Amino acid sequence: MILNDSAKSGLKVACIITLILFSQTTLSYELSGYIAAEYRFFQHESPSAEPGRHDTSIVLAPEFYYQWDDGQQSLIISPFLRVDSDDDERTHADLRELQWLITDDDWELRLGIAKVFWGVTESQHLVDVINQTDFVENNDTEDKLGQPMINLSLFKEWGTLDVFVLPYFRERTFAGEQGRLRGPLVVDTDAASYESSAGRQHIDAAIRWSHSIDDWDLGVSHFYGTNREPLLRPNATFDKLLPFYEIMHQTGVDIQYTDESWLWKLETIRRETSSDTFLALTGGVEYTFFGVFDTDIDVGLIAEYLFDDRDNAALAPFEDDILMGTRITWNDVQSTELLVGAIHDLSSENMSWNIEGSRRIGDRWKVSLEGRFFGSKQPQGALFAIRDDDYVQLELARYF
Amino acid sequence: MRNKLLFLLLLMATPFVMAETAEEKGLAIALETDNRDKGWQDSAAEMKMILRNRHGQESIREIRVTNLEVEGDGDKGLTVFDTPRDVKGTAFLSYSHALEPDEQWIFLPALKRVKRISSSNKSGPFMGSEFAYEDISSFEIPKYSYLYLRDEMLDDMDCFVLELRPQYKHSGYTKSHVWIDKAEYRTQRIDYYDRKDSLLKIQRFQDYHQYLDQYWRAHTMTMENQQNGKSTTLEWSNFEFQTGLTDKDFEKNDLKRQR
Repeated sequence: MILNDSAKSGLKVACIITLILFSQTTLSYELSGYIAAEYRFFQHESPSAEPGRHDTSIVLAPEFYYQWDDGQQSLIISPFLRVDSDDDERTHADLRELQWLITDDDWELRLGIAKVFWGVTESQHLVDVINQTDFVENNDTEDKLGQPMINLSLFKEWGTLDVFVLPYFRERTFAGEQGRLRGPLVVDTDAASYESSAGRQHIDAAIRWSHSIDDWDLGVSHFYGTNREPLLRPNATFDKLLPFYEIMHQTGVDIQYTDESWLWKLETIRRETSSDTFLALTGGVEYTFFGVFDTDIDVGLIAEYLFDDRDNAALAPFEDDILMGTRITWNDVQSTELLVGAIHDLSSENMSWNIEGSRRIGDRWKVSLEGRFFGSKQPQGALFAIRDDDYVQLELARYF
Repeated sequence: MRNKLLFLLLLMATPFVMAETAEEKGLAIALETDNRDKGWQDSAAEMKMILRNRHGQESIREIRVTNLEVEGDGDKGLTVFDTPRDVKGTAFLSYSHALEPDEQWIFLPALKRVKRISSSNKSGPFMGSEFAYEDISSFEIPKYSYLYLRDEMLDDMDCFVLELRPQYKHSGYTKSHVWIDKAEYRTQRIDYYDRKDSLLKIQRFQDYHQYLDQYWRAHTMTMENQQNGKSTTLEWSNFEFQTGLTDKDFEKNDLKRQR
C-alpha cells in the first residue's frame, strides 16, 4: 500500500492522538471546578429607577485539564458562566483559560487564553495589567477576563524573564441598566472606541523580570498597548457613558521584603497615555500574630497607603488613601477565614468597608459571605455614585 | 555544615573521655540517625491525611509531596493539594533551613497568585490537622539540643529514648521525647510537650518500608492530641527516590505548573 504524503502525515497525527488518548501512562486528564449560587441584598434602594434590592445568580465554572509528554505539555480549558436574575450585563460567559502549556527545565511557552497575576499588595493591584477586569463579577477588581496571549518564560540564574504578545483586547465589563454598583449613567459597552485605529486588534506587548533574592521578591515590568482602564465619556445626549480605550506605556515595580512575621510591600507604576502621565503607588506592611491566645488562630494586620498623583478623583479613587485591615485564619478543618478592611480617603473623608469570610462545609461545599459598605460625604469622590449600593452577599459553592 | 564538622570533631574526641555524658550520647544517636538517611537525593510520594475529631468524624486531604535533599542545609519541598476540592491546585514551596527562617511561597490557583508568606508559623496546624508545620519539616541536627534519657522496649523493639529541645525560634514545644530503634535507627514514637511542659501530642510511626536498600520510610504516621482528643493519620504511598529532580524543580515558577 502506497500512501501519499498528506495521508501519511494524517495517519501519523491519528496515531499520535490515539497514543495520547489511550496510553494512561503518558496522559492524564481530569475535570474539576465548581457550581455556585449567589444572593446579594442591597441595603438601600438604588438612586436609578431600574435596579432592585435583591439579586440572585448562579455560576458554572468547570475546568478541563489534559497533560501528556510526561507532564511537559498540558491543555487547560476553563469556561465561566454566570446567569444573573436582574442584570443582563452580569449574565455573561467567558473563557477564563484555553491554554496550551509547553514546559522545559528553563523555559515555558503558554499559547492561548490565560490569566496572569503580578504584584504583592492587597488593597489594589497597580502593576497587574495583563488581564482585563471582569467588573460585573465584583467591583473589587479581583476577577479577570481571559486574555489571549503568547507568553514565553525564561528561567535563568538571574531571574525569570517573561515576554508577552497579546494579540486581542478584552473590553471591561460594566453593570447594565438593571444592575447595581454603577453611576447614574450606564456604560454602553457596545459603543467602545479606541485611540488606536487597530481597535481591539491592537497587538499589545509586555515584558517582566522577576526574581527572589534571599528575603526579597522583586519584579520589574513594562507594558505597551491598550489601557485596560477606559476613559468614560458621556454621549451627545448625556444619557450614557462611552468607554474610550487609549494606548499606554506602563512601567511597574513590585517589591516584597519578608522578615519573619513582617511582610513589607511596595508597588509603583508610571503610566503614560496621550491624555495623562502619572505616578501611582501602594505600599505597606502585613504583620501576622500566629496562634493568638494559645489557640490555632492567626491574626494578620494589614496597613497600606495608596497614592496617585492625578487630581481627578473620578479617575483616581485612591489618590491619598489608607487601607487598614485584618485577616483572621482559624486553621481549622473547615479552613475558616475572615478578612475585614476599610479604605479611608484622607482628602475627601470617604470611607469604604469590606468584609469577606468563608468556610468549608464537608469536603465539597463552601459558604462565603461578603459585605461592602460605601460611605461617601463628598459628591466629587469616586464612591459617591455607588453610595447607596451597600450590599451583603452570600454564596454557596459546590466543588467537583 | 560547619556545625556538623564541629559535632564530628567532638565525637572523635569522645574516646579520650571515658564517661560519655548524656548530651554526647544523645547527639551521637541523633548524628547516626541523620547519617543513615543521607544521600537519597530526591523523593516523591503521595499522602492521604485523615483528620478525626473527638467524635470520630473524618475529613480527608490528598496531597502530593516532592523533596530535594540539600547538603549542609534544610531540604526543599513542594506540596500540592488534590483535595479538598476547593483548594485543589494550591501548591506550597518551602526552602527549609536549620536555624535561619525558612523561605516559603504559596500558589493560589483561583487568583493565579504566587505569594511569599511568613515562615514564623512553625507551631500552627498544617491544613487543620494535628500536625504542626514544625512536625513535618525536614530534620536537621542543629535544630535541637539532645539528651540521652534511657533504653526502653517499645513494641518489642529495643529503643533509645532521647530528649530534644528546639533551638529554632517560634517552636510550640519545650521539648520532645523520641524513641529510636537500635536495630535500624528509625524514629518509632515522639511525645511532644507544649510550652507549659505538659504532654500535648503523641506521634507513632508504623509500617516502615526500606527504599534503595537504605532509606526507611514509615507509611503510616498517627498524631494523637492528648489534650483535645483529635487525631490525624498520614498514609503515605507511591514513594519514589532519585527520580532526577533538581533545584530547577523547586522554584517559585514551578508552583504555577503544579497539578
